[in-house]
Amino acid sequence: MQDSLKSSSYQQLEQKSKYTNMFLRWFLYFILILFASYFIFPLYVMVVTSLKTMEEIRQGTLLSWPSGLNIESWAVAWGGRGYGAGDTFLRPYFWNSIKMVVPAVFFSTFIGAMTGYVLTKWRFKGDQWVFLFLLFGCFIPFQAILLPMARTLGVLGISNSVIGLVLVHTVYGIPFTTLFFRNYYISVPTELVKAARIDGAGFFKIFFKILLPISAPIIVVTVIWQFTQIWNDFLFGSTFSFGEAAPIQVALNNMVLSSTSVKEYNVDMASAIIAGIPTLIVYVLAGKYFIRGLTSGAVKG
Amino acid sequence: MFKWLEKNLPKIVMAPAVGLIGWFVYGFVLWTLYISFTNSKILPKYELWGFGQYEKLWASRKWLIAVDNLLIFTALFLIFCVVIGIILAIFLDQKIRAEGLLRTIYLYPMALSFIVTGTAWKWILNPTLGIQKMFRDWGFENFTFDWLVDREMAIYTIVIAGVWQSAGFVMALFLAGLRSVEDEIVKAAKIDGASLFTVYWKILLPMMRPVFFTSFVILVHISIKSYDLIVALTQGGPGISTTMPALYMTQTAFHKSQVGLSAASAMMMFMAVAAVIIPYLYSELRRENAR
Repeated sequence: MQDSLKSSSYQQLEQKSKYTNMFLRWFLYFILILFASYFIFPLYVMVVTSLKTMEEIRQGTLLSWPSGLNIESWAVAWGGRGYGAGDTFLRPYFWNSIKMVVPAVFFSTFIGAMTGYVLTKWRFKGDQWVFLFLLFGCFIPFQAILLPMARTLGVLGISNSVIGLVLVHTVYGIPFTTLFFRNYYISVPTELVKAARIDGAGFFKIFFKILLPISAPIIVVTVIWQFTQIWNDFLFGSTFSFGEAAPIQVALNNMVLSSTSVKEYNVDMASAIIAGIPTLIVYVLAGKYFIRGLTSGAVKG
Repeated sequence: MFKWLEKNLPKIVMAPAVGLIGWFVYGFVLWTLYISFTNSKILPKYELWGFGQYEKLWASRKWLIAVDNLLIFTALFLIFCVVIGIILAIFLDQKIRAEGLLRTIYLYPMALSFIVTGTAWKWILNPTLGIQKMFRDWGFENFTFDWLVDREMAIYTIVIAGVWQSAGFVMALFLAGLRSVEDEIVKAAKIDGASLFTVYWKILLPMMRPVFFTSFVILVHISIKSYDLIVALTQGGPGISTTMPALYMTQTAFHKSQVGLSAASAMMMFMAVAAVIIPYLYSELRRENAR
């Protein structure tokens, strides 16, 4: 038996197991689709719930189709009902998040590119230890820095402000951005840099003329990673800001937890989608880069 | 002067990053460590007080519940994420139609924040209008699924949502690992009469040891730090039944104003993470140096 199988070619073997294969493939697709529905289920429920009226929600089930495109809950989630005090809605916090994300992503990416460049192309004695020193910052549980950070922001006079959050996210993004750029630049041939140095090019000229033009992929990976992390952050946002300066995740949580009036699940779901849509769009448009960042630097929860 | 500047420019460029990390990571961790040895309440005090806070911590019922929950959550989170991740990766590796679409579906939760995830699952799991009602409306009148409000079971709802969020990520890690194996190895094994099952069980999965290791480290890291998901899903409740260390830390610091105690809990978390990460970094560096 063993021998006959060995002598038969690979193709023949494939032929023989055709029927088992067919059964297996059905099973395969069944399981894959089953899991796909588990993953898609909450998103589906969120979308249909956000489009229902409260009446429909009470009468139907999670899965039932909305009677029409009732986008009122979306309008309420985004812009409120317009009755002043106690009327929380996401628009101002969405802008807070944008104002926080853009500079924080820019600064952390820029600093990471620079350190990655030095660590690979201008190596000095002990540079590996410096890398390790920075890398460890990827792993610390932020609870261990929360208390002194709160005091520091207070001393600097930027607690409960978007600027404070920009600082926090920039600093704690550096280990990741450094890791990304360092791992990318290490594969760029050092000969290129050496040749440029002999030609008299300086530190910054080499960076801008040689490395930056070939850095597009890693910049995309880093920007997506940082954007997703900072946009989705809740710990820093909720600890260092409250009220007006809160980023969107904090506002979403406050909105959902506020127990003042009757629970409006459709508004809650619309709010959750609004808070999730920017990162979701980035993921759908640039999934490849998103996954690359995830698998090469994902250590943060 | 100019010469010196030019020579040391790389180091000068490095300086801000090193300085920021040195201050905001190492300096802050040391500060927290120091405070954990003091009797600080609302404001930090700087006289040393010994291990008092740690004794208080490990005598606190809430902290013990938090640690218990962390162990339960970590174990289940790990098992489910890895098993689901491996199954999906292996199945997707069979030249599946629409692989790209399926992969996108499995991984999209990773792009969402834990607050969004928690909000969605809270709605799905709520007994009055969620899954329980759905099944009852379908005719299963005695169907009960009220884990979210059940002290004993609420921690498992966090597992459900956590696995939903992270399983696709493990799938991506394993799929990348499987794809990096030479086709020839699989073909040779098949010609030798090995079934597909044997190929994976005996040959490919053992080769995935580094991927197992990486997933383990990342998942444990996520679970020790889990905070947002609990805040959004249960707020630690019902009662304090779903408290976890990260939640304990912030509550003790910012609601109870027990700064010293919360610093001690933060240091316990720090040590737990270090116990997982340091061996990982060590082995990664060794692998890199061996190359």
